[in-house]
Amino acid sequence: MQTPKELNARTAAKYGLLIDYQWCTGCHSCEIACQMEHKMPVGQSGILVHDMGHWPLEEGGDNWQFGYLAAPTTMCDTCAERRALGKVPTCVQHCQAQCMEFGPIDEMAEKAKSHKDYVLFTLGA
Amino acid sequence: MAEHGVEGYNNSGVSTQLIGDFIKVPHEHPWRYEEGGLTVTRGSAWSGPGCHDGCGVLLYTDAEGNLVKVEGDPENPYNKGRLCVRCLGVPEVTNHQDRLMYPMKRDPKDRGKDKWERISWDEAIDLVADKFLEIKEKYGAEAVVFGQGTGRDIAAYITRLCWSFGSPNYVLFLSGCACYLPRVAGMAATAGSFWVADCSQQFADRYDNPEYKVPETMFIWGNYPLRANSDGFYGHWVVDLMKRGMEVVMIDPKVTWLSVHSRLHLPIRPGTDAALALGFLNVIINEDLYDHEFVEKWTYGFEQLVERVQEYSPARVSEITWIPEEKIVEAARILANSKPATMQWGVAVDMTKEALPASQAIVACFQITGNVDAPGGIIAPPEILNYAGGWGRELCPEETWVKRIGLDAYPLLNFGFQIAQPDELRHTMATGDPYKIHATWLQQNNVLSCMSADPQEMYIGLMNCDFNVSVDLFMTATIMATSDVVLPAATFPERNGIRLGDGVQRGEVINKVCQIGECKSDMEINLMLGKRFNPEAWPWENVDEMFGAMLKAQTPYNFEEMREVGPVYLPFSYKRYETGRLRADGQPGFNTPTGRIELWSTFYDNAGMDPLPYFEEPVPGPTSTPELLDEYPLVLTTGARPWSLFHSEHRQVARMRNLKQDQNVYLNPTTAEEYGFKTGDWVWVENVYGRCKAQVEVTNIYPNPRIIACDHAWWYPEGDPEKLYDSHDLNVNNLLPGIPGRAGFGSNYKTTLVKLYKVTPEDDTNGYFLGADSDYLSQALDGKGVPAIQQLVDERTKIMEDVKKLREALEEAADTQE
Repeated sequence: MQTPKELNARTAAKYGLLIDYQWCTGCHSCEIACQMEHKMPVGQSGILVHDMGHWPLEEGGDNWQFGYLAAPTTMCDTCAERRALGKVPTCVQHCQAQCMEFGPIDEMAEKAKSHKDYVLFTLGA
Repeated sequence: MAEHGVEGYNNSGVSTQLIGDFIKVPHEHPWRYEEGGLTVTRGSAWSGPGCHDGCGVLLYTDAEGNLVKVEGDPENPYNKGRLCVRCLGVPEVTNHQDRLMYPMKRDPKDRGKDKWERISWDEAIDLVADKFLEIKEKYGAEAVVFGQGTGRDIAAYITRLCWSFGSPNYVLFLSGCACYLPRVAGMAATAGSFWVADCSQQFADRYDNPEYKVPETMFIWGNYPLRANSDGFYGHWVVDLMKRGMEVVMIDPKVTWLSVHSRLHLPIRPGTDAALALGFLNVIINEDLYDHEFVEKWTYGFEQLVERVQEYSPARVSEITWIPEEKIVEAARILANSKPATMQWGVAVDMTKEALPASQAIVACFQITGNVDAPGGIIAPPEILNYAGGWGRELCPEETWVKRIGLDAYPLLNFGFQIAQPDELRHTMATGDPYKIHATWLQQNNVLSCMSADPQEMYIGLMNCDFNVSVDLFMTATIMATSDVVLPAATFPERNGIRLGDGVQRGEVINKVCQIGECKSDMEINLMLGKRFNPEAWPWENVDEMFGAMLKAQTPYNFEEMREVGPVYLPFSYKRYETGRLRADGQPGFNTPTGRIELWSTFYDNAGMDPLPYFEEPVPGPTSTPELLDEYPLVLTTGARPWSLFHSEHRQVARMRNLKQDQNVYLNPTTAEEYGFKTGDWVWVENVYGRCKAQVEVTNIYPNPRIIACDHAWWYPEGDPEKLYDSHDLNVNNLLPGIPGRAGFGSNYKTTLVKLYKVTPEDDTNGYFLGADSDYLSQALDGKGVPAIQQLVDERTKIMEDVKKLREALEEAADTQE
């Protein structure tokens, strides 16, 4: 766990968690996978799914803002132990919409340019 | 491999011949290996806890043999390493402190009281076997009912237990068998097989298979697959296919992530699906958009269908369904012009009273457009064991078989379906007519909190029995209220097994990795008891041997071999109606009397039913009972699936409960304002039959202010056992009378008319169930002074009078012969 001093320090990004939120269905698998992997108490998580709201863009129409976005919390340790076994982070593996990717920051940043609706979280070690 | 196919062909109308190659999936790891100090075991998830799917899982156990983690198996093509929250959370179900850990008994006079006494397995099996055999001796085997909860892993084993005991009364106490079976029954009768969306699930190489074609459009009808994961359909395949270019047309009263990402959303009035399908057919036929060659060559009764659909103009269908007319026309054109089009249909179709004509109409849209058994269309799932038909029907002697409840009233039950009619059985248990039921075996079945319509009548029926046995994972309201013996069942990580379930089957096993208390698997329990009832029917030393025998009937592998090589994909090809693989006689065509898809059903006609699809207004409903609208102005639908809870399961698992904390009723802001309710208010949801409590959530996702929705299957495991965990106050099925469709299949679980009012301290409970000595009249038999409801009651009364006369005539004839 990070101390306040560590929290406030600026650390260089090493990895990126790239999420194509066009496809996030809000299924919560990333959350529960993370919590179970790290044996976290109920209510805590290394990643959380946020409701991006839902409302019609025109009265009575079928075009709506309706989406979700998963975002890592400070408890995210990039699944370092798991990655040492040659596996991907558990949120990425279990994402049911397969809309998450993890990798070196440069690679992920490059990929994020490919189309809209990507969001890139930069992570330390 | 042809010999396996021919030998194993199951001629009950819902199976196909397995001719061709069995395809194995290469694995980097053996079925069990070590990783990071933990033991990893590969297998399928089937279930409980959880759904019907059978995802590929990796079960992680520590040195002490505790299940510590479940991961998706990336090498399993079914889910490709992914899992939903329920499977990820399985360790917290398996290891839960409140699990039933050992057999218990209770004096029948203490039913409803928390006064259980621990007993040994030997004593429990002796007690159950002796008592059941004594009842059989005294009253006949039909006096014992075998009831299961939602059809997951136990269907094969409970049917065999029931029939080898000699009872014809195997049942799911869901009114009108209103989940999966109506569609299966309807399709078997009219099209020779069940039909499911082709998402490449039958291929080991999935979307990459060269024969596979991505559907141009998928119609998602009456379910939300992303959450439901129903019937062997992994919901997020929809997203996989959308990424590959497939478009979706969503038929759902609710705005969802999928509806927003669809090409078209049709917000339907609950219970009017048949009308919508008939409207589609009207447009497709009248605009000449159907597949002439297929219709000509492979269907029967098209002309009569053409005539019938003229009654369902888009304008009239719009009035019925509350969907704008132009959307209906556009959707019909999309359906006809998409090559291929497919459908993922769900329980909302079964949960309409006239579910058979509804499913007949819906599937006809895809039949006359040539999408049957076509790549990316709808396919008949290959099977090892006929999941819907049970296992071992021949074991039940003919003299008790004819006493199956509901059989004479609903002849369709004879067509490959060996189930008792649940609503008639519920009445029988409550009334003793035509004979008294003396005992029940309820397996994975919290029937008072979840499944049964009219739970009050169900309670009276159970209390009328001399002896009730339950097998379950946790203590439930049903067990606390009515059981005399309870046997602790294993969750799937605690048992070996095979997954022969709904949808496309594969050769796949479930592997035991841990032991909790004295729990045993449902299969082991049934094998132990089966040996006592009827040893010849249960010749196997242990469950693994039994599984091997089942697998060997159709595949080259026994249990141990399948564990090594599974999952194994079954032989499959498209256009089997051209090659003769849909019929036992090897002739081209479909497994129906005419060899064609019967748009006009000879079987329904023979059974005295309307041979063509039709729509009937739900009762009660805004059109059928307008006189109720003043008092009950809102259309209620129930049972939409949350992410983390499966039916009545998971309420005691904190991590799952954290994602969905209570029972909600969902109100449009306009409706909420009208009533003066805000999010968090507790209200009674009430109709002419009964009421339940729910917490208001104000939301814009039900855009029509007249349509509201309520969760289902709620109870509080943390509550007072002797108040039945508040089940009776929370159960939305209190509002549902359980009146089945004319065929005995289908029931309106998802539509009724309600009013809402606040829960107050003076009026905050329904109280305990009424006793058997009360003057309680079954909801289904009470017309409530409403003509449309009375008509349904009268229809049923007439059927039962005819049945009675028929029975008397038969008895008389038999007497004369003697």
